Amino acid sequence: MTSIRELHKQLVRKERSAVELANEALDRIQRLEPKLHSFLHITADSALAQAKAVDAKIAAGEEIGMLAGIPIGIKDNMCTAGIPTTCASKILDKFVPPYESTVTQKLKDAGAVMVGKTNLDEFAMGSSTENSGYQVTANPWDLSRVPGGSSGGSAAAVAAAECVVALGSDTGGSIRQPAALCGVVGLKPTYGLVSRYGLVAYASSLDQIGPFGRSVEDAAVLLSAIAGYDPKDSTSLKVEIPNYAKLIRPNFRPRGRLRVGIIKETFGGGLDTVVEEKVKAAIETLQHLGAEIQIISCPTFSYGLPAYYIIAPSEASANLARYDAVKYGIRAEDADNLVEMYKETRAQGFGTEVKRRIMLGTYALSAGYYDAYYLKAQKVRALIKQDFDNAFEKVDVLVSPTSPTTAFKAGEKTADPLSMYLSDLMTIPVNLAGLPGINVPCGFDDKGLPVGMQLIGKPLGESLLLQVAHAYEQATDWHLKTPKLQ
Amino acid sequence: MTVIAPTKTKYEAVIGLETHCQLNTATKIFSPVSTNFDSPPNTNISPICLGYPGVLPVLNEKVLESAVKAGLALNCQIAPYSKFDRKQYFYPDLPKNYQISQFDLPIAEHGWLEIELVDAKGDEAQRKKIGITRLHMEEDAGKLVHAGSDRLSGSTHSLVDFNRAGVPLLEIVSEPDIRTGEEAAEYGRELRRIVRYLGISDGNMQEGSLRCDVNISVRPVGQEEFGVKVEIKNMNSFSAIQKAIDYEIERQIKAIENGEPIFQETRLWEEGAQKTISMRSKEGSSDYRYFPEPDLPPIEVAKKQLEEWRSQLPELPAQKRDRYESEYGLSAYDTRILTDDLDVAQYFEAAVAKGANPKTVANWVMGDIAAYVNSEKLNSITEVVLKAETLAELIALIEDKTISGKIAKEILPDLLTKEVKSVQKLVESKGLIQISNPDELDAIIDKVLAANPDKVEQFRNGKTKLQGFFVGQVMKETSGRADPKLTNQILGKKLKG
Repeated sequence: MTSIRELHKQLVRKERSAVELANEALDRIQRLEPKLHSFLHITADSALAQAKAVDAKIAAGEEIGMLAGIPIGIKDNMCTAGIPTTCASKILDKFVPPYESTVTQKLKDAGAVMVGKTNLDEFAMGSSTENSGYQVTANPWDLSRVPGGSSGGSAAAVAAAECVVALGSDTGGSIRQPAALCGVVGLKPTYGLVSRYGLVAYASSLDQIGPFGRSVEDAAVLLSAIAGYDPKDSTSLKVEIPNYAKLIRPNFRPRGRLRVGIIKETFGGGLDTVVEEKVKAAIETLQHLGAEIQIISCPTFSYGLPAYYIIAPSEASANLARYDAVKYGIRAEDADNLVEMYKETRAQGFGTEVKRRIMLGTYALSAGYYDAYYLKAQKVRALIKQDFDNAFEKVDVLVSPTSPTTAFKAGEKTADPLSMYLSDLMTIPVNLAGLPGINVPCGFDDKGLPVGMQLIGKPLGESLLLQVAHAYEQATDWHLKTPKLQ
Repeated sequence: MTVIAPTKTKYEAVIGLETHCQLNTATKIFSPVSTNFDSPPNTNISPICLGYPGVLPVLNEKVLESAVKAGLALNCQIAPYSKFDRKQYFYPDLPKNYQISQFDLPIAEHGWLEIELVDAKGDEAQRKKIGITRLHMEEDAGKLVHAGSDRLSGSTHSLVDFNRAGVPLLEIVSEPDIRTGEEAAEYGRELRRIVRYLGISDGNMQEGSLRCDVNISVRPVGQEEFGVKVEIKNMNSFSAIQKAIDYEIERQIKAIENGEPIFQETRLWEEGAQKTISMRSKEGSSDYRYFPEPDLPPIEVAKKQLEEWRSQLPELPAQKRDRYESEYGLSAYDTRILTDDLDVAQYFEAAVAKGANPKTVANWVMGDIAAYVNSEKLNSITEVVLKAETLAELIALIEDKTISGKIAKEILPDLLTKEVKSVQKLVESKGLIQISNPDELDAIIDKVLAANPDKVEQFRNGKTKLQGFFVGQVMKETSGRADPKLTNQILGKKLKG
């Protein structure tokens, strides 16, 4: 498994070319896609053109950035000018945005080579990528199982080495949960650290773009490239962005007293025994590395899930109202009038889960219900935030399992949305509080499926989070294991 | 036997106005796109105006400034903490199918505006305060163009023009303090003067940059409870507002007296038929499912910023009217005419600043110059070639008797159309300077008398009306340049013999 740092060295030393790297990735995609279905669009032509440009720079003796020439996958809910962006929804079938999202623009400028747009649950609503309107992505560790979601395409593509790193988006766990189920590193940054301009909105107050990598360091390199204030996003934060990758090199060891808090409420009913064992073992490893472990109670933690399923669908019901067949996207044929056109187009274009959440949100915001649902959920959100604030007075980093289970079988939970929703039990409160969270692989169950540990940091605490995750990763070898795909 | 006639019930109307005012910012409220009014359809658009997937709104700071200044001018409290909300409804001219507006925390609240009603020249102004409930910022929608009909009904299909989508609006809601059509029209006019004085909107009703909706109900005088509220739309002038309200008051009173129900509905003013017609029922108000806009952070106007904007407020129409009355001694009626249009007020003030008598300037501005602006259909007094400074010079020449008022009126057409550097030089070169030297006049009068011995005889025999004939002869002799007052004096003396 070659790291970005190593690939960068090879490129600079001209041991390998960017075109070679791109071709290797594209070949692998070609070979694996019939089994994996990680990608919705493969952008071979633009990838090779970008790779050639990087090679030309190297040949001319110009300095290149860490990401130059590195093959990358982009979740298909980030707008890419001239390249289809569907959100895995039929309603945006063949939609080609005329503008570039801020993150992909930054990656282009950094010379990263986008090899394709990855699959997701339609409009990022789901935990298994089975809600895609186009295809079901397989888990590289067991093709009969789901990769998690909604960024399942990106997680699977990175785990299967179809690309080196990838971008996902995380509204309630959509980066961390698939990272856990696919055995890769996935980070959801502090809300506002990364610009949302060009990210097709699901729930605007929760959505955040973040990196996937096969190591903490790779994720850190990608985060440095995409983070930063963007005047096009009024919710983006005006903060200095450190070079995260540099902060964890060489081998960071927590200095002094690192206080790690175990969230009591995340170890209990519904948690797979093997997940509990592996995460507890990982915590012991942290202790051996010098961390001081405490048990912390976040009493409102379990209210995160119900609050989320009010707030996120409420925002979604408004965000998705724009898909009305007037301006872009598909339009139902033979509608007799305007209302028919709206109804037919949306009936045909949206999948079941999207419709369910639009209805949930529309209901929650209706006159007479607003106070009981939306307003109350916002109050719960404030309490959850407060619980985290209190916890961070006692500890520097919080730890929990990322997902209550390892990867489940495709089709296992599709008939029962509530059991599917429980997959995000551990990750959702982090979004509600706007905090950074990272998944680090911490072992395998008896079926050989990856288990992930979630580390949660203070607002803008990405540096420490990455340092701790890196220290853990260096002390273990879980990240060195790769799925046997051949 | 005496019959006691039943006392006729007296009614009063309870009226509130909801005004939408387009701001004249160069770019839209949430996107850096031109707000130009008369561009070809769908040319002032961007992915943001069209609500494309993934794009985000960014507040134009100029809109906030305009809203705060309008709020201050309307004596409102400016909210230290305000926010945007999404107002949701499906309509093809609304790109996101929600409008970014402000719901429960508007930028300004609890204000008032004073209207003045002056019926005729010489009357004292009747003043009345109209409460302002709230003022908030929002984005305008696009426009539908219906093919084959000017309405949706009867059209074969409709086209959408998104140029207007995202143009900034202020919505200003009045308290139900208005009682008559005249008060409502004057409220609208005063509001327009205020936004124009602030320079934040052109307030043009025909082009739709100022739109007023009226809420009106009628109740017997003395009754506290409101009657059934009817909304009237589609008035594109202040006189239409007045007429629509007057019509509606009468219609509602008639309905009550005939025992007919009044429905809660929206009615349209039909300018052609001069009446209101029912458009749609409003029973069971629509649910807009408002919730806070997550893409925009809350607005907190810092104290320092607020004070800076307050200090930039210009003299407002009401202040100007007060000053014209107290400082210049002008009548309420003249004051209102001069201050109605800021350009006219500035023209007037520029002439007065050059030392001209305010009352005289007012007469010129409201008389000959206004007539010229009207007859030439000019947009503004600023388009008149005659500058305020030149008018002041003309007035000064009359006052120091260099020229007569009559000559001034004669040369005015020239001054209105051709640029003149010095009126003094013009009258000199044209030989139009008034003859006010008694010796010079003496000689001319002697010549006139000598030429008309028979008329002199008749005058002295009692036909004193002939004085006018002699003045005319002197004027003829001097091409109108003789000082009329002095001429009369000298003539009188000489004719008496």
